[in-house]
Order: sequence, then structure tokens, then C-alpha cells
Amino acid sequence: MPHRHNLTTLRDMLRRREISSTELTHHFLERIDRHSDLNAFITVDEEGALAAAQQADKHLARDEHAPLTGVPLAHKDIFCTQGLLTSCGSKMLRNFISPYDATVVERLAKAGSVLVGKTNMDEFAMGSSNETSHFGPVHNPWDLQRVPGGSSGGSAAAVASRLVPGATGTDTGGSIRQPAAFCGLTGLKPSYGRVSRYGMIAFASSLDQGGPLALSAEDAALLLQCMAGFDSRDSTSIARDTADIDEGLKINLHGLRLGLPAEFFDESIDNAVLTRVREALGIFERLGATLVDVALPNSAAGIPCYYVIAPAEASSNLSRFDGVRFGHRSDQASDLLTLYENSRAEGFGEEVKRRILIGTYALSAGYYDAYYLKAQKIRRVIAQDFSKAFEQCDIIVGPTAPTTAFSLGEKTQDPVAMYLNDIFTNTVNLAGLPGLSIPAGLDEAGLPVGLQLIGQFMDEGRLLGAAHRFQQATDWHQLVPKGF
Amino acid sequence: MVAWETVIGLEVHAQLMTRSKIFSGASTAYGAEANTQACAVDIGLPGVLPVMNRQAALMAARFGLAVGGSVNPVSVFARKNYFYPDLPKGYQISQYEIPVVSGGSLEIHTAAGDKTIRLTRAHLEEDAGKSLHEDFHGMTGIDLNRAGTPLLEIVSEPDLRSPAEAVTYLRKLHSLVRTLEICDGNMQEGSFRCDANISIRPQGETTLGTRTELKNINSFRFVERALHHEIARQITVLEDGGEVVQETRLYDPDRDLTRSMRSKEEAHDYRYFPDPDLPPLVIDAHDLEVLRNELPELPDARLARFIADYRLSMDDALQLNSQKEIADYYEETVSCANDETRLTANWVTGELMSWLNRSDIAITDSPVTPAMLGQLVCRIQDQTISGKIAKEVFEAMWASEGDVDSIITARGLTQITDTGAIEQTVSEVIARFPDQVAQVRAGEDKVIGFLVGQVMKATSGKANPQAVNEILKRQLLG
Repeated sequence: MPHRHNLTTLRDMLRRREISSTELTHHFLERIDRHSDLNAFITVDEEGALAAAQQADKHLARDEHAPLTGVPLAHKDIFCTQGLLTSCGSKMLRNFISPYDATVVERLAKAGSVLVGKTNMDEFAMGSSNETSHFGPVHNPWDLQRVPGGSSGGSAAAVASRLVPGATGTDTGGSIRQPAAFCGLTGLKPSYGRVSRYGMIAFASSLDQGGPLALSAEDAALLLQCMAGFDSRDSTSIARDTADIDEGLKINLHGLRLGLPAEFFDESIDNAVLTRVREALGIFERLGATLVDVALPNSAAGIPCYYVIAPAEASSNLSRFDGVRFGHRSDQASDLLTLYENSRAEGFGEEVKRRILIGTYALSAGYYDAYYLKAQKIRRVIAQDFSKAFEQCDIIVGPTAPTTAFSLGEKTQDPVAMYLNDIFTNTVNLAGLPGLSIPAGLDEAGLPVGLQLIGQFMDEGRLLGAAHRFQQATDWHQLVPKGF
Repeated sequence: MVAWETVIGLEVHAQLMTRSKIFSGASTAYGAEANTQACAVDIGLPGVLPVMNRQAALMAARFGLAVGGSVNPVSVFARKNYFYPDLPKGYQISQYEIPVVSGGSLEIHTAAGDKTIRLTRAHLEEDAGKSLHEDFHGMTGIDLNRAGTPLLEIVSEPDLRSPAEAVTYLRKLHSLVRTLEICDGNMQEGSFRCDANISIRPQGETTLGTRTELKNINSFRFVERALHHEIARQITVLEDGGEVVQETRLYDPDRDLTRSMRSKEEAHDYRYFPDPDLPPLVIDAHDLEVLRNELPELPDARLARFIADYRLSMDDALQLNSQKEIADYYEETVSCANDETRLTANWVTGELMSWLNRSDIAITDSPVTPAMLGQLVCRIQDQTISGKIAKEVFEAMWASEGDVDSIITARGLTQITDTGAIEQTVSEVIARFPDQVAQVRAGEDKVIGFLVGQVMKATSGKANPQAVNEILKRQLLG
């Protein structure tokens, strides 16, 4: 069964012509169809996928390989794809066919991949459970009554259930890593600026990063190499090649210092999560790494800081959805003001409206200094904490999320409880650092636990390399949810 | 009766002459079909990002150097948030806390002497699109061609004390941005737009009165009229015991009045914050060095040179420097006129300007070119024609009848300097007007002018007036 293989293996099988891209694409399309009750996809592009697969097969027949030639992939529905619906999980954009491709989409296409469809997500990436999607919640393949995490929940569920061998996600406060943890995947949020944001619908511009969700660190590295790199259309993009990623995969763990922040190991964390994380760290130690205690004393300020900055930027980023040029336009509008009000009231869901309100408030005259400016100061302090900690260690480790996947509906009435899912992830975005979640076993209920590795700026190579060594010594990442 | 003092500060939006927009690669050319010059970034599609046009930043820095302001090594783009259909993103990218240029000043020449007008700042921002309210049957059309066009907003301190000063300042600024080649100054196309902040206070008062902001005053003529109107309105309000309300008012040039647009209470909270999509704009010492070396001769320096090198009066020099093109025209004419600097100045500020004004033609489109006018000045100087005849020649050139020499030949306008011919005509005039001759001989000197006139008339103006004068006097009194 080809879907049992990871992306790197499938890529090699395609090159050796043990399977054609058309066969592989058919196989995954069938699986997507069979498991449509997961609700992982918003759009499946069967026609486009098969055409691209045929094209890939022609190249493969001539031994012309790009890095991903013929490999099926899915994109989170936040990435603009020319000619395809790009909904961002929102009613606001349920009629938006993008006239252009995001840089990430363009690069992965150029790398030869076959786009099979667009995955479900929290509306405008605002959520930690994929329950804010206009297209309905996504189910966690490990337990269909549970959430897959969010906001990249569709991508995570799709990869975990082997509907695609890899997918893109975006991470503003944990939206790749937390669903990766909940679904037993390897998910990477790259350093801010490593992956172009052009064509990725903005939630919070200074925090958003696109990255891969995959079955292994090796797969994630391969995807990242195709996604990353300078883009002149994104002024925050960083001119750095991806040589470090290849190099990183070859590192060994001898002498690697893993920093354990006391703040990430407190009592609020699920016991099973804590146990699995400690066991994983034991394996790292056996492989030659050393554990050191570090401190991130201002971590507690992360959530309030994040929930000022992200909504502030979002309130402005989402102003363009006004019903004038694209997206939902209310037919209950008699004048300009009601056109704006009704289009936005009808087009946006509750969580998006909540964050627009919070952000608008935080930027308002008289409140700006107390909220936005203060949050920016705290953001610098949090970044300094990380710099200091990295004087003593090479990688910071801890749980990705305080719990394993929770039940659908469990936290939808309590936004703050939902926001606390980000407690270990959003400080990484605030500091612009790379963060990786890898599977570290299962809890008593058989749900995956995620271990987070946080690296120094642009040090993805070392993160992925450390994870790769760990995955060579363990098989947590190879577990498949029952029924898939 | 209180004497009122007027206080005015101006905000000018100068469109920078970059070929592409400030944050996208779309063309800035004026007049294209609606929405054909708006790319994904200008339309504000989901997912697009702005990328700074470096050329616009360097033009702003060029301006900063020219006005002696400080060009900030690091300036920051900010988002100004408000909803309007022709503002695609729901925010305008502008600069707020740290503009590209801080300070600087402009010298203006007023009736009361020279005056320094301080500049507060100049900052970069993107223009919005246009809402078109006609032709859409009760709907509004949106044209986003202009969206994203680079603007430099130049803000003055409230240093102007009259509408006339405001206009003088505007003209000076207009001439400067054109000299710097950063703005084409085309007011009809909206490349140079002006808003005014205006208040009045009793003469001698030091605190400022409540101001109103006047928008949409987009010609020099309108500026003066709109300001006069607004001052008169404010005086009436105060003298009737009322209070000026802080508000934005719109000037309606068709009805020649200002009306309230929105009050302070209705003013937007723009929720400015630094744009996270754009890194700070950096202009370093090396950039400034290069820009400084490339600066052209500035209007003040040129004015001083006109006075020193061409020995012109301040008035002439000012008139010639009121527009870069006039000064250019003048200098080109001088170079074709045997360096007759003053005579050339008279012709440019006098005859040429009056014909241009009468025909509403720009000096760059003048049918009489600098070469032609230079030649005319030469013919006056070498006494081929008199100044009076020269006006006839100028008129003929204006009507495209040919160059100076061919017109003089074709119309037989060469000045009569042959004294024999003039003696003959003088004798005839003396014979025809015995009464006047008697008066002159009786000591009534003024009457001699009448006789000179008769001689000129008899020679169709071609006689050299100086020669006529001398010969008449000799024949009558000699």
C-alpha cells in the first residue's frame, strides 16, 4: 500500500519508476474520497491533480527529476492557488477563486509536486481546534470525536490519515506544531522570513510563517528545502540559502545541549504528556545529547502579549474584506455603511469577529500605548529570554501543547481555555524562531503526544537533524491511526 | 473693531515621478483606461504584500536635502486604517511617527521682505484610487489606477500669515519639486495637491485660534480664493460672537464657497501602527552623499545668480524664477541674444508673458522660441529695428510668419538711419505744421514730441527716433 510510505520513500519509488505519479495520485484521491467524513479537505482538484501527475510521469519517463516530481501534496486553504477556490476557511471567501499562486504554491509546483487539493482550517487561521471553519470541523483520525488541533487541522488530519504524504500549513502561534502534536506528525514552523508569505492570506503579518506537516523530519526537511528561500515579493523574506538543512540532517547528537526551561515543565501540564516528553528526552540523552536547565522567565507573558499583537495586526489585515472588490457581499445593503457592516457581519465567524474587536480596541487612540506598545516591549523581553537561554544550550525542548487532542466542542465556549493551547508555542512566533513538533508516543487514550524542539534563528538544519537522529532510534512517527 | 491675524499651514501632496508605484510594479502613467494599471498588490487581493520602491525613497531624500531638512537614517511605514471603497486594503500605507524627512524650510519673498517658512516634515505614502460618481446610474465606480501612486506629503508649520503668502509659498514649493525633478507639478492631473489649515486670532495674540482644514484646493487661483473665503467666514463667525468649529471643509470652486465635510467628533481614529509587512526604510550616509552630488542648482541659488551675473533687478529675477521653465527659457534666450541680459529680461517678462497669458499657452509651447526671441533682441541692439517695430515683428513671429530677419525683410521694416532721407521728411513736416513749429520756437518744448510723432508716422515708424529728434531740433532751433 503506497500510502504506508513516507514522502521521501515515495519520491524515490517514483524516480525508480516502481510506481507512476498517476497511480499514486489516483490512490491518494481515492483515499481522500473514502475518508471524506474526516472533513480534511475544502477542495479536491481531481482533474488538475491527474493532469499534473500525467505531466510528472512524462518527466519521470525521461529521468528528469525536480526534487518532488510526481509527489502528491495538499495546501492549507490559506495559500492562494490560481484558478482554485482559496477560502481561508471563511464564508467571506467561499467564492474567491485566486487569480494568482502564492510563492509557496509556485515553488512546490516547480519542484514537481502534484497538488491534490486544499485543506480545511480554522477561519483565517484563528483557532486551535479547526472548529471555527465555515466548512465545519475536522476530525482527528486517532479519535474521530476529537479535534485535530488548529489552525492547520485539515492538513494535519490529511497527512496523519495518509490521504496525502505531506501538506503545507501556517503557524502564527502554534498552528502547525499543535495539530502536528495532536495528530502524531512532524510539523515545522520555520524562522520568520525563511518562507515567503506572498500569497499566504495574512492573519498576523509579523508572526505568520508557512511550513510543512509531514511524517518524518526527513520529509519535513525535503519540503522545507522546496518552500524556503528569498522572495523579492516579500519584504520580510530573508536572503539565505537552504544548504544548512542538508548539512543539518547529518549531525550527530554528541555534545548537543538540550535546554529544559522550568516554565515548560510545570504542573498544569497533562501527566501523560509530561511523562512522554521526559522519556523522549531520555532517548536524546542516550543518543549523546546533554540536558541542561534553562530559564524563560517571561513565558507567562506570552499569551497576553500574543493576544494583543496578533489581533491588532489581524484587525488591519482583515479590513480588505469589505464586500467591495471580492469575497462575500451582503445583498442586504442599501448604502455604503450597511454594505460594509452587513458584508462583514455575515462573512466573518464569531472567533474572527472577536479578534477584530480585540485588535481594533488595542490600536485605538488612548489604548495604543497601554496595549499595543506594551505588548511590543514584552515581545522584545521574550526574545531576549530566548537569546539568554541559547547561551547555555543549542536547542530548547518541552511539550508542544499542555494536553493531547481534546474533544470536539470541549472548549468552543471558552476562548481563554482555547487560547491556552498556544502557551508553549506562541512565544516562539513572538521571537521569530524555528519550532518543530515531533511525535513522542501516545497517552493512555492512545492519542499522540508532541515534543517541541525550538532552535536559534535560521537554525532549522540542526532542529531537523536532531529530530532525524531521534526518529532513526524510535518509531513513534511511524504509528498509523487505526482504520487508516 | 478687532484687527485679525491669519495663520495658515499647508499640507502639499506631491506625486513622485517614479515609473512604477510605491509598493508594486504597476505603471504610474496618467490617463490609462480605468483599472488597467492596478495589479494584484494595488487591488489589495488576499495574500499580497508591499515592496518598497527605492526610487520614491531617494526622491524624498532629495527633497529633504534641498530644503535643509534632516533625512532620517531610519524611517518607518505605518498603516492608517479607515474604510473607503477606493482604499483597497482598508488602510493606507503612510509614515507616522518617524517620517523620511524632518524639518527644513523654504525662503519666500513677500512685499514685506524675505520670510522663512519652516517645514514640519515630509513623509512618503501611497495614494488611494478614485471614486467615480458620474456615469454609473446611482452607483459609484472605482478606478484603482491611482492606488499606490507614490506621494510625498510636505507639511509646513503655521508660518504663513496671508493667502498671498500661502500662494507665494506654494509657487516656491512647486518650482522646487520641479527643479528637483521629483514631481511634474501638474495640478490638473492632481500631481500637486494642497490642503490648508487655517485659523484667525486677534492681532498680538500668541496662542492659535481653532483651525479648520480646507481640502480640495488644487490650483493657485483657488488657494487664494478659498483662503480669503474661509478667513472672511471665520471673522464673521467670531465677530457675531460665535466660535469656530474644528472641522474639515471642502472648497467648491464652481460655487466659490466652502462647506463642512466632517467635524472633529466625526474625525476618524486611524489606529496608526507600524506596518509589519515593511522593514524600516534606511537611507544611509552614502546614499545622501550620492544624492547631494546629484542635486541640481536650486531656485534660490539661481535667483541669486540672475541678480549677480545678469545684473537683473530683484523684481525681474523673481519673475523669471517663478517657474523653472521661465528661467530656462530666459537663459536660453540670453545665450542667443549677445548676452543682452536686461533687454532680454524685459522682453520675456513683458511681451512674451503677456502673449502667453492672453493665449493661455505654457512657455514650453511658445510659438516664439528662445532662439527667435534672442534674434529679435539682437536686431534691436544693432538698431536694425526699433523697440516699437520689434513688437510688430514679435506679433508676426507669434503668428508663425517666419523668423525675425525674414519678417523684417518681407514687411520692409528696416529702420531708416539714412540721415538724408530723414532730413527730407523733417523739412516736409516743418512745412506742414507752421503753428506747432512756432510754438516750439517760442519755447514750448513739449510740442516737439508732436512733430517727432509726425515724422515717425510719415516713415511708418521706421525712422530712428533718436535721429529724428536730433535733426528736428537742429532744423528748428539750430
